[in-house]
Amino acid sequence: MRKLALPDEILLSIQQPARYIGGEVNMCVKDPKDVAIRFAMCFPDVYEIGMSHLGMQILYDMFNRRKDVWCERVFSPWTDLDEIMRQKHLPLFALESQDPVKDFDFLGITIQYEMCYTNILQILDLSGIPFHGEDRTEEDPIVIGGGPCAYNPEPLAPFFDLFYIGEGETQYDRIFDLYKEIRADGGSRQDFLRAAAEIPGIYVPMFYDVAYQEDGTIASFEPNRDGVPKRIAKELVVNPDDAPYIENPIVPFIKVTQDRVVLEIQRGCIRGCRFCQAGNIYRPLREHTLEYLKKYAYQMLNSTGHEEISLSSLSSSDYSKLKELVTFLIDEFHGKGVNISLPSLRIDAFSLDVMSKVQDVKKSSLTFAPEAGTQRLRDVINKGLTEEAILNGAAEAFRGGWNRVKLYFMLGLPTETKEDMEGIALLAEKVAEAFYDEVPKEKRSSKVQVTASSSFFVPKPFTPFQWAKMCTQEEFLQRAYIVKDKFKEMKNKKSLKYSYHDADVTILEGVLARGDRKISKVIERAYQKGALYDSWTEHFKNEIWMQAFEDCGISIDFYTTRERTLDEIFPWDFIDAGVTKEFLMREWQNAISEKVTPNCRQRCSGCGARVFKGGVCFEDQNQVC
Amino acid sequence: MKIRIKFAKEGTMKFIGHLDMMRYFQKVMRRANVDIRYSEGFSPHQIMSFAAPLGVGITSRGEYVDIEVLSTDSSEEMLRRINAALTEGVEALSYKKLPDSSAAAMSLVAAADYTVRFRAGYEPSDWDDFASGWEEFLKRKQILVIKKTKKGERETDIRPWIYKLEVVCDKKTHSEGNESGEEADRNIRMRIAAGSAANLKPELVMQAYMESRGQKLGEFALLIHRDEVYANQSETELPNFCPLEQLGEDIE
Repeated sequence: MRKLALPDEILLSIQQPARYIGGEVNMCVKDPKDVAIRFAMCFPDVYEIGMSHLGMQILYDMFNRRKDVWCERVFSPWTDLDEIMRQKHLPLFALESQDPVKDFDFLGITIQYEMCYTNILQILDLSGIPFHGEDRTEEDPIVIGGGPCAYNPEPLAPFFDLFYIGEGETQYDRIFDLYKEIRADGGSRQDFLRAAAEIPGIYVPMFYDVAYQEDGTIASFEPNRDGVPKRIAKELVVNPDDAPYIENPIVPFIKVTQDRVVLEIQRGCIRGCRFCQAGNIYRPLREHTLEYLKKYAYQMLNSTGHEEISLSSLSSSDYSKLKELVTFLIDEFHGKGVNISLPSLRIDAFSLDVMSKVQDVKKSSLTFAPEAGTQRLRDVINKGLTEEAILNGAAEAFRGGWNRVKLYFMLGLPTETKEDMEGIALLAEKVAEAFYDEVPKEKRSSKVQVTASSSFFVPKPFTPFQWAKMCTQEEFLQRAYIVKDKFKEMKNKKSLKYSYHDADVTILEGVLARGDRKISKVIERAYQKGALYDSWTEHFKNEIWMQAFEDCGISIDFYTTRERTLDEIFPWDFIDAGVTKEFLMREWQNAISEKVTPNCRQRCSGCGARVFKGGVCFEDQNQVC
Repeated sequence: MKIRIKFAKEGTMKFIGHLDMMRYFQKVMRRANVDIRYSEGFSPHQIMSFAAPLGVGITSRGEYVDIEVLSTDSSEEMLRRINAALTEGVEALSYKKLPDSSAAAMSLVAAADYTVRFRAGYEPSDWDDFASGWEEFLKRKQILVIKKTKKGERETDIRPWIYKLEVVCDKKTHSEGNESGEEADRNIRMRIAAGSAANLKPELVMQAYMESRGQKLGEFALLIHRDEVYANQSETELPNFCPLEQLGEDIE
């Protein structure tokens, strides 16, 4: 029988002991004696969140196909267990073997959002691994970071031995082979890091020095030894069908956020929304073939027993074989107790038809993401969704029986005016009016419900808005009040609902997103003062962070509200994400002049991603230009 | 066609709660390709019901789930398929066809057998007195305990719900999750009321006894294992307990 790291007395006195026992369907178990490399793959948040992450499952499956590697999972212990582990000095362990993380060769941490940074320190702390790469010894695992936040790794630079920039499928084999080779020759971790720095996509922060100007901006960013590349190009899978997908996803015992088979249909996005980091760093769009997706849909439904399958991509409507795929899924699985869920579909006749087949119209709501309240501002952000398209889509949906609509917006976008803010309420009102226009009185089963919510805009690296000034907390809230007041004036206000996100956590996200190495001190300080699970509203303690900034003598405004000049060297400029700085700059200027840029299938805008020699850049229609 | 599956839930699976076990079995049915019947309606669900929820921390070799199937292979083949779809700690023990008229397991549950052990370090120091004292205790006309119900606390006489109780010294080695089994030879076996009419938890019996001796039962003192769940087949006052699996037949 499997041994557990925690005794019964602890497991029976904490919430959800299943978070810590492993043993799920499709968990991979190997004999440590049979493997050369033990890899602890960590998602620094609670089990239910981490187990819903697709990338981690892909790499878990891929690593464990190698006979010489055993990849296991690690998640943040929830606050109840966190406290007990500190009290009793229990080391953090991986779920599969229940062995301490400290005994592993690698600790790989996926960094999906800024607000998990203190949880990364929790993982290191509970594992007994020194926070700083330079303090680690041969006894410590190599700590490697990846995921979207690795595109600006600088705030976390001291905490990681290396970062992997880009998609994990391409270089891990080389990393593992190199590690085995160096260990076999009796090499040290320094030897390994030195050699790993030459692998494409690998950034070893301790091999680079940053110099600052008097005003705090970066003067230079240079390698501090020979043989280390000056720029790191992101890694990507050029032909997505070449990469293996997940054959046997792990099936958690407890309900997790993504409790279904997830089929990734494509990577990247053709849309070019100017606020969107994913839409830029994952360029170019690369589609899977239908054959590939059909094969994995069967395989994963069989191996998991899940009763739902969901499509995953940034914009599913842009998948060129969507109709065929959806028809296949419905014909093949619907009616056999398998639900089909279709997130991120553009609302049109086709998607409404499909949705009416696979979900209960009365119980589901439709989602639009106009992101901004007026056409002018939607042009600024290059969100190609018009008011007409929204109202037509909504009208069609109302005729089809839906009566709940969700609208997502952002507040604090560059150039935003009062008119744009009020436009949010006006658009919601027009959607409600469309319902009363479309649905005759006798057919209204209940009144229409339009729920608008807004988040606050955070400029992100590798987007045209990386130069943008962010609002202060007060400005954000003022804008939210303007929207709220406008909603109160609406004729159909009883059918409308408006909510907005927390502003204080947004400011912090803004600092961490565009932060430099100096920010690492603040993160460490905040963690030591008790910051943890910052992405959880009930655990976020803004005052700790504010104190940490003060203690470290670091100005928040420098990172958020400061005007950045076009020639400023950004902390992330040494990363080559495909899209060039010239393109982003051009787009930033297009944004200011309210000029729309067509999507990749309409016309190539020369973003730079063509260098990867694949995907949408080489689809037929694009070869002409 | 109604089918009753008996299964064991042991090892680390004792940390999985009842609702999660239900979800778990739905996926097992799909992985094992059981031709289970679905309900009608927009979101069909499997026709499946469990006999008696098992508390978190308790192990069992006497769990039951009833399902309805449209077709089936032999019991042997179905057990093979289901066991291949299960994870460590869960084992399908029998697969029986029920008469069409048979009532759901849940409504039949009348009693259950438990084996109760003390976790290492929690055993009473006066074991011999502890073991022999039960006889006197069970001779009482009434055993009053405070029972927690949904409405609050109520004083209840649990004596009529204890059908059988013996203290046993086994030579059998026993292991329990990550606890090794040197405490395994001494245990208390009881058959007590279970189900909707009267439901008694073994820890309540233990607590009542310990309190009668002026001792306190520690929070994690007990390792509880359910051995079997019974229906009452008697038409008279005197109960006639029959394991739930015996109400069905093997499929050849």
